[in-house]
Amino acid sequence: MLLISCPNCGSRDETEFHYGGQAHVAYPENPNELNDKEWAHFLFYRENTKGIFAERWLHSTGCRQWFNMLRDTVTYDIKAVYPMGTPRPDAAGKSTAETGTASLAADSTTTGTAAPSISGTSIAPAATPASTTAPKGATK
Amino acid sequence: MNTQQLPEHPDFLWRNPEPKKSYDAVIVGGGGHGLATAYFLAKNHGMTNIAVLEKGWLAGGNMARNTTIIRSNYLWDESAAIYEHALKLWEILPEELEYDFLFSQRGVMNLAHTLGDVRESMRRVGANKLNGVDAEWLDPKQVKELCPILNISDNIRYPVMGATYQPRAGIAKHDHVAWAFARKCDEMGVDIIQNCEVTGFIKDGNRVTGVKTSRGTINTEKVGLCAAGHSSVLAEMAGFELPIQSHPLQALVSELHEPVHPTVVMSNHVHVYVSQAHKGELVMGAGVDSYNGYGQRGSFHVIEHQMAAAVELFPIFARAHVLRTWGGIVDTTLDASPIVGNTPVENMFVNCGWGTGGFKGTPAAGLTFAHNIATGTPHELNRPFALERFETGALIDEHGAAAVAH
Repeated sequence: MLLISCPNCGSRDETEFHYGGQAHVAYPENPNELNDKEWAHFLFYRENTKGIFAERWLHSTGCRQWFNMLRDTVTYDIKAVYPMGTPRPDAAGKSTAETGTASLAADSTTTGTAAPSISGTSIAPAATPASTTAPKGATK
Repeated sequence: MNTQQLPEHPDFLWRNPEPKKSYDAVIVGGGGHGLATAYFLAKNHGMTNIAVLEKGWLAGGNMARNTTIIRSNYLWDESAAIYEHALKLWEILPEELEYDFLFSQRGVMNLAHTLGDVRESMRRVGANKLNGVDAEWLDPKQVKELCPILNISDNIRYPVMGATYQPRAGIAKHDHVAWAFARKCDEMGVDIIQNCEVTGFIKDGNRVTGVKTSRGTINTEKVGLCAAGHSSVLAEMAGFELPIQSHPLQALVSELHEPVHPTVVMSNHVHVYVSQAHKGELVMGAGVDSYNGYGQRGSFHVIEHQMAAAVELFPIFARAHVLRTWGGIVDTTLDASPIVGNTPVENMFVNCGWGTGGFKGTPAAGLTFAHNIATGTPHELNRPFALERFETGALIDEHGAAAVAH
């Protein structure tokens, strides 16, 4: 049983939560321009990281809010909990807002944000199929 | 104790050879599927200069961790074809492999607890019959006759409203299945190399030409991946992606009991499946843990949930004790069907995505994957299970359709 620190409610048993899979998967910016391969990647392909994985959880029997979490998929250790729409913290668990490094700040515009607020992400059809899901940097 | 009092160590069933410099084909993963693939490569395609590489010990992954259920009552034509072919192979394999792995065709029952279950079940019985799969619909009284310890009263939360029944389904001893394949592979000259972890692949352009391992580099013309929960890790090393998510799947056994459970009972709705092993343990499993995981363990509440379901359906189990629980890593796909076929890398082939139900498919996975590796083109049975289906949209959606407790 995981003990998960909900950002709103504090530590609660895993049974109060629902799993939401990989975090930072942006909806394609120009869905009409995607070909079948790109759609397949958006719909069916998700990172299956062995190690630190950025994932979404829903506190379904508590505050009913979504949030993001960094968790080790081998040890199941929870490394960081951070709000939706903020970029992935580094593996040590510090949020990028606190560290404010240039490289991670760049991430926030290219990979990190939730779908409606994407502005910097350009999903170029045909040229880069992999970019229909989160770019590699989002989970590694 | 004097060692001379001990009996002679029995003969080993396979050698433990040093890896050669090169092979005609290398299978990554020494579980049931890897061994079955090697067996059919040698037997059907005359490829005996091949190796099976296993990171740990032979059949120590999901092959040792499943609940050994074998059945073929899947809804869709493509699934029924491959699983029924597997079942027919299970029926002849003990003789062919000259090794009795106690395949016991004691039947599998899939319970219906809601009107939706009943309709789905009856539809599936019809579909099975059309596909030549033995299937029957049982009313609650018939369910009770076949499995007297089941509670069919209507004072439980989800009363049993009937069940589908496949008489030819059953269980087998999974370790023995692996040993049977391994012994025959070894006899035919296949090198089974344990403690040999794949750390990378060597490619010439987009063509695989070798495998880097913890025991040195091995050149090979063809590579077949049979690594179940670790398929994504290998694919990443090889430079392609798979639509796989790895999840922990737990199971448990009780201590030994007198024979009380004559068949195999599965329930999707209250979510447990139960059989009694040959030795007498009650063997139970249920669904995956929700989160991605490579840890070969899961959360206890999942065990608790399936025990609650088991005790409601089988009141006699209330005083039984859990002896041990464990987890494996299952490779799930979004349509709950396997991926068997070519990959974007030339001469590299993949057999994965069998998720929670790979054991029953072992012989057919081996047969079709060996054909695919040897000829470079899919066998008729695995053609629909190609990686491309996620792009063409020709999914084989067995989620909720296959009498399967995912």
